[in-house]
Amino acid sequence: MSLKIVVLAKQVPDTRNVGPDAMTPEGTVNRAALPAIFNPEDMNALEQALLLKDADPDANVQIVTMGPPRATEIIREGLYRGTDGGVLLTDRAFAGADTLATSYALATAIRKMGLPDIVIGGRQAIDGDTAQVGPQVAQKLGYNQVTYVTSIDKVEDGKITVTRHIDGGVERVEAPLPILLTVNGDAAPCRPQNAKLVMKYKRATTPIERPADGSLPYAEEYERKPYLTITQWSVADVDGDVAQCGLSGSPTKVKAVQNIAFKAKESKVLTASDDDVNELIQELLNEKIIG
Amino acid sequence: MANYYTDHPEIGFHLSHPEMRKVVDLREKNYEDKDKFDYAPVDFEDAIENYRRVLEITGDVAANVIEPNSESVDLEGPHLENGRMVYASKTFENIEATKKAGLWGVSMPRRYGGLNLPNAVFSMLSEVISAADAGFQNIWSLQSCIDTLYEFGSEEQRQEFIPRVCRGEGMSMDLTEPDAGSDLQRVVLKATRDEENDCWRLNGVKRFITNGDSDIHLVLARSEEGTTDGRGLSMFIYDKRDGGVDVRHIEHKLGIHGSPTCELTYKNAKAQLCGSTRLGLIKYVMALMNGARLGIAAQSVGLSQEAYNEALSYANDRQQFGQKIVGFPAVYDMLSRMKAKLDAGRSLLYQTARYVDIYKCLEDIQRDRALTPEEKQQMKKYQRLADAFTPVAKGMNSEYANQNAYDAVSVHGGSGFIMEYKSQRLMRDARIFSIYEGTTQLQVVAAVRYITNGTYLNIIKEMLQREVAEELRPLHRRVETMAALYEQSVQYVKEAHDQEVQDFLARRLYDMTAEIIMSLLILDDATRAKAEQNEACAEQFVKSANVYVRMAEEDVIGKASYVKQFIAEDLPAFKQV
Repeated sequence: MSLKIVVLAKQVPDTRNVGPDAMTPEGTVNRAALPAIFNPEDMNALEQALLLKDADPDANVQIVTMGPPRATEIIREGLYRGTDGGVLLTDRAFAGADTLATSYALATAIRKMGLPDIVIGGRQAIDGDTAQVGPQVAQKLGYNQVTYVTSIDKVEDGKITVTRHIDGGVERVEAPLPILLTVNGDAAPCRPQNAKLVMKYKRATTPIERPADGSLPYAEEYERKPYLTITQWSVADVDGDVAQCGLSGSPTKVKAVQNIAFKAKESKVLTASDDDVNELIQELLNEKIIG
Repeated sequence: MANYYTDHPEIGFHLSHPEMRKVVDLREKNYEDKDKFDYAPVDFEDAIENYRRVLEITGDVAANVIEPNSESVDLEGPHLENGRMVYASKTFENIEATKKAGLWGVSMPRRYGGLNLPNAVFSMLSEVISAADAGFQNIWSLQSCIDTLYEFGSEEQRQEFIPRVCRGEGMSMDLTEPDAGSDLQRVVLKATRDEENDCWRLNGVKRFITNGDSDIHLVLARSEEGTTDGRGLSMFIYDKRDGGVDVRHIEHKLGIHGSPTCELTYKNAKAQLCGSTRLGLIKYVMALMNGARLGIAAQSVGLSQEAYNEALSYANDRQQFGQKIVGFPAVYDMLSRMKAKLDAGRSLLYQTARYVDIYKCLEDIQRDRALTPEEKQQMKKYQRLADAFTPVAKGMNSEYANQNAYDAVSVHGGSGFIMEYKSQRLMRDARIFSIYEGTTQLQVVAAVRYITNGTYLNIIKEMLQREVAEELRPLHRRVETMAALYEQSVQYVKEAHDQEVQDFLARRLYDMTAEIIMSLLILDDATRAKAEQNEACAEQFVKSANVYVRMAEEDVIGKASYVKQFIAEDLPAFKQV
């Protein structure tokens, strides 16, 4: 049997290119000012999944993402690189989720899809930086988990061998399937989009993205080509418990948000005189900064 | 994220040229693939959208994989290991990325696994890749040798080799030998028939073969024993899987270090004949070279863009005498000329590519059915235009790339001479453009008949009839004056009835031709960009038109004067021994 793989991916604001209007005066992320991108470490995870599919073209790779309608772009980005499909979890009831509610929604959707051999995601998202969602999904599915993975080395006889990053080096781990892996940013970068796949899937959309007035360009194409319709699921579609989703399922409460501007605490002005330079060197030696 | 395509809206501007509709309609044969292949376009707009997307992918790979690798590739270069060429380590990464992106065999029909891209779009991919690394562009763009195999090979050969190129196998064209460079009629590599194994055998040496250890070679060889000219040469396909060809030496070159230039020894290498015997040079290699020349024109435009970008960014950064150097007239004079040559040269490239597309598409349709008399006439017309424009696009753009790279170094001042800066590499890489695939001097030879028979003059007159934007009319009038001077100069040379005088003055007439045509093209582009309210391009093109027409005028007037006062008796003063 060929492998079934589910990739967990998130659309995030591009916090690596922060401009002056990146934050609102209230101290929350100004999503409008930041382009939405595929979370970088989820891209590394996607590449690991696609490498397994390169080795066995019959392997099935699906992306699951939770977000607003425009997060369908995450599924398309996967299709452009060789995934077999994906699911967008989108519902107002999913909104405002912390990591617990997110992992509940993802685990519920994965069960609905049929349990895979491998669930794989990035170590953490660049907007929240919690690194909690992957491990929580593993817990909820009852899967083994290996975090900080930098490469998948072998999948054979129901077992997987991976290399994972640890302080000061790497370790090789063997574990039984099914398994959840979280992947580090120093794993192989994701491949580029593929020209033929982009040409094939460029008009693929979730129904919720399409104009409400029914004015759909190339409408007949959607009838001819079922793969141009991307699956979208609500809480009801995954038989989810609304109380465990979104804001209501999130025990995390934000007490306060503070704007912190980094400032140098103290500074000292030195002249080019030998005395000043000697004093500085002595101080650095005393502090064991040099020596 | 940086993207070599979307960062330069001037490239996409040519995708929306009105003539593209004709190109795409012919290329897609009424969109007949739409029910056969899930990635085929359903109509013209859909095809253009596909092109735009493949250009974005290429722009991404170029900016984020190939360019970051380019310095390391330049420093490492390929090496020889037991008779095999091994690419610089980062070249493998580039190849892998372009394979994953599906950028191989892109011009081939979908039934063999290709993307069926027209030449105009292929040239855009080429320039984008070249801007990132001109040496890698060689390795990548040699895939266009497959066009010749598609045109002249048998159906079995197409099925055997085209899908392999679409999967990323590399190609080379093995033409030159130690004593046969520009003069390919002197090729001696021997092809003999092996009746027992029903194949041909190749023996001899090829020299200066770009990407010479490729997977699939097209080889020019002498199949007719006892012959000494081009009519005894045939074209063969050598498959590296069969063995028999070793790399004896890899050249150490001034530039394009990533592109391996090999000396090959053929020892009884098994090969297949491509097409008919005796047509190797006179028909197939001419087709191959025309394609390759357009490839070099695209390579040149890409490098010109990169040279301009490097120079502009440095000039905006560097401060001297209390201000950014971009504000000094001597510096912005250089930069504006660079941009004008770039914009005008690019326009010439895509005009040529569209001519090639239209006639090649009609030629391809002719393989399936007879053309109507009107189609036949069109095919002839566009073939003539393509043949006339290719040597101008190649020659001028390769010279412009050199000039722009030289000026980029000048703008950098002392830093331009330091190896850590990219402009020196661009200067080294560009140097070969005006040499290989026919030197500029040979492009002039290829163009001269179209100068004397009035082909260019007719086009110039036709182009002069086109409407230009109101604010550009004064420039347009100056081009009219230039065209009249050009006509007189051509007439003068013809009336001299002296072959040596004509050969001697040909380069000047060639430059005048090219500069007038490019003046008209940039006026056209500025007019269209304004009409389409494409603000990003309109402002640039109006500037470039202002700069280019003046620059052309300066040159055309000087050359017209030179030609007019030249007589055969002047020649001895030039002859050197």
